[in-house]
Amino acid sequence: MSQQNSSNNAYWQANIRLILISLVIWALVSFGFGIILRPLLAGIAVGGTDLGFWFAQQGSIIVFLILIFFYAWRMNKLDKEHRVDEE
Amino acid sequence: MDQFTLNLLFVGASFALYIGIAVWARAGSTSEFYAAGRGVHPVTNGMATAADWMSAASFISMAGLIAFTGYDNSSFLMGWTGGYVLLALLLAPYLRKFGKFTVSEFIGDRFYSKTARMVAVICLLVASITYVIGQMQGVGIAFGRFLEIDAFWGLLIGACVVFAYAVFGGMKGVTYTQVAQYCVLITAYTIPAVFISLQLTGNPIPALGLFGSTESGEPLLAKLNQIVTDLGFAEYTAAHGSTINMVLFTLSLMIGTAGLPHVIMRFFTVPKVSDARWSAGWTLVFIALLYLTAPAVGAMARLNISELMWPNGTDAPAVSVEQIESDPEYAWMATWQKTGLLGWEDKNGDGLIQYYNDKNADLQAKAEANGWEGNELTNFNRDILVLANPEIASLPGWVIGLVAAGGLAAALSTAAGLLLAISSAVSHDLLKGQLTPNMSEKKELMAARISMAAAIVVAVLLGLNPPGFAAQTVALAFGLAAASIFPALMMGIFSTRINNVGAVAGMLAGLVVTLLYIFLHKGWFFIPDTNSFTDADPLLGPIKSTSFGAIGAAVNFAVAYIVSGMTKETPQEIKDLVESVRIPRGAGTAVEGH
Repeated sequence: MSQQNSSNNAYWQANIRLILISLVIWALVSFGFGIILRPLLAGIAVGGTDLGFWFAQQGSIIVFLILIFFYAWRMNKLDKEHRVDEE
Repeated sequence: MDQFTLNLLFVGASFALYIGIAVWARAGSTSEFYAAGRGVHPVTNGMATAADWMSAASFISMAGLIAFTGYDNSSFLMGWTGGYVLLALLLAPYLRKFGKFTVSEFIGDRFYSKTARMVAVICLLVASITYVIGQMQGVGIAFGRFLEIDAFWGLLIGACVVFAYAVFGGMKGVTYTQVAQYCVLITAYTIPAVFISLQLTGNPIPALGLFGSTESGEPLLAKLNQIVTDLGFAEYTAAHGSTINMVLFTLSLMIGTAGLPHVIMRFFTVPKVSDARWSAGWTLVFIALLYLTAPAVGAMARLNISELMWPNGTDAPAVSVEQIESDPEYAWMATWQKTGLLGWEDKNGDGLIQYYNDKNADLQAKAEANGWEGNELTNFNRDILVLANPEIASLPGWVIGLVAAGGLAAALSTAAGLLLAISSAVSHDLLKGQLTPNMSEKKELMAARISMAAAIVVAVLLGLNPPGFAAQTVALAFGLAAASIFPALMMGIFSTRINNVGAVAGMLAGLVVTLLYIFLHKGWFFIPDTNSFTDADPLLGPIKSTSFGAIGAAVNFAVAYIVSGMTKETPQEIKDLVESVRIPRGAGTAVEGH
């Protein structure tokens, strides 16, 4: 039982780490590249405007999609590794 | 066949389809009414959630707001999609593991308090009703246009249709109907966008066309920037508003998305915890199909409108009144004039309609030299842009009919989902959970339907004087959800420290400050002229009322932590409950709670 508990703990810690990494990327592409850091990307031209505009209107959405599927895939794997999946 | 008949045909056929499905999949028991017996595949669930989620705000209103503001309104795009990352990572799998039917049940159990559950119900009702107001606005505009009547009558007729439609079935009926609605709305949104993108850029994919080039080789966005600045408007791709406000607004929309009860409820209906994770991803796939197209629709429509008003370039004479009245290319202006949402006036009597920014100093000089007496395209409601778009681009009649059907599908599906959330909050959480626990199933269903009717009446009354364009009204609802529901759910899962008193204090503090800030700027209960501040000059620096949700959420978190620190610790059995919610193993099918 206590072995299962420490395994559960490790599972939760791994999950938290994964969530934090994902949320850093989430914030970087939207609040970062799309808004606050946009002036820094102003030099990179994309179809009549700059990269920041692209991130604000398209790029961030595409990254969000990749993030969710990556998280789902990684977590479902983690569930099995820590034997907490739903059989 | 004339356009009116064609519109009726498309709208009528799509309605027949939805009602047919609703009757076929009619809910029998209360558990089916709320959660469709949990037999819904992640892809199906994703599609239905996308329809549920993409409302009049996304379909009818959003592209128009982007079109007339440009870059600054990118917040809608990032905010309404980024919320799904929060939902997938922070809430959906755990709430599915918990396995009850409603959001307030989770809050009630996790914070071991009937008061917490009550407060959650109140937060949920406030956010949902504000949201329904925005939907009713969209319904009013769509009905107004296709029946060619004033938007006010459109609103009343729409309300009756929404009600009749929502009482038909519960979640199960709604789930399959919403799959059909998603198909109708995405086709209706994409087809005109593809046509327009081909016309302007030669690229059949609107999302690529947006960053593509026009026939002359000039990038589309550069051309658009040129024409709007020539007319004295702000450059389309540049940032104009405050960065702080844009960050907070985007954040409010994101957190609000993850805190909206009718969206969260969807993740209770998938079979497994792992499915809840996939389901959030599939939902975003279906949403992204529209959201990647929307900015293209906005930019291209803005370009088309500017060119229609100045058919020979901005240095040549503007379009004449005679041409607007006789040229079939301008016929859409006369039809939209009937809804009272579009208007023009030849102020200087020169027989031409000059469309420009009369508040711009440079343009005032030009106007004086040319004898213009102010902008003559006097009214262009942002909410009509998407519905008028195929007409503006002179697309065939069937496309126009399809868009009318799509707009109604978007508004109806969300209104139905929200009404379901409201009615389950009242009948399941409030009546059965608190006041009359021994209520029979039949009576519970009855109470659910009565509360739906009451919610519609309130939404119509408040929707007569809406606090903004549809998407802005909806943004307020997100602010409220962000400030009240999301923090409580997240803390409930990720912290064992937060106790009953802390959660209640946090939710109340978040809801009250946000509601106060909104009412101070938009009028008490949205009654016009009762506001003390305006969003042009807000109370707190650059922070508009639509952006306050993020601050409300911060207040909620802070209050909950401080109060929990000062009061009794969470009991062990609740800590065990939190532990079990975090681990997928042992997730059974959900049970009905009390």
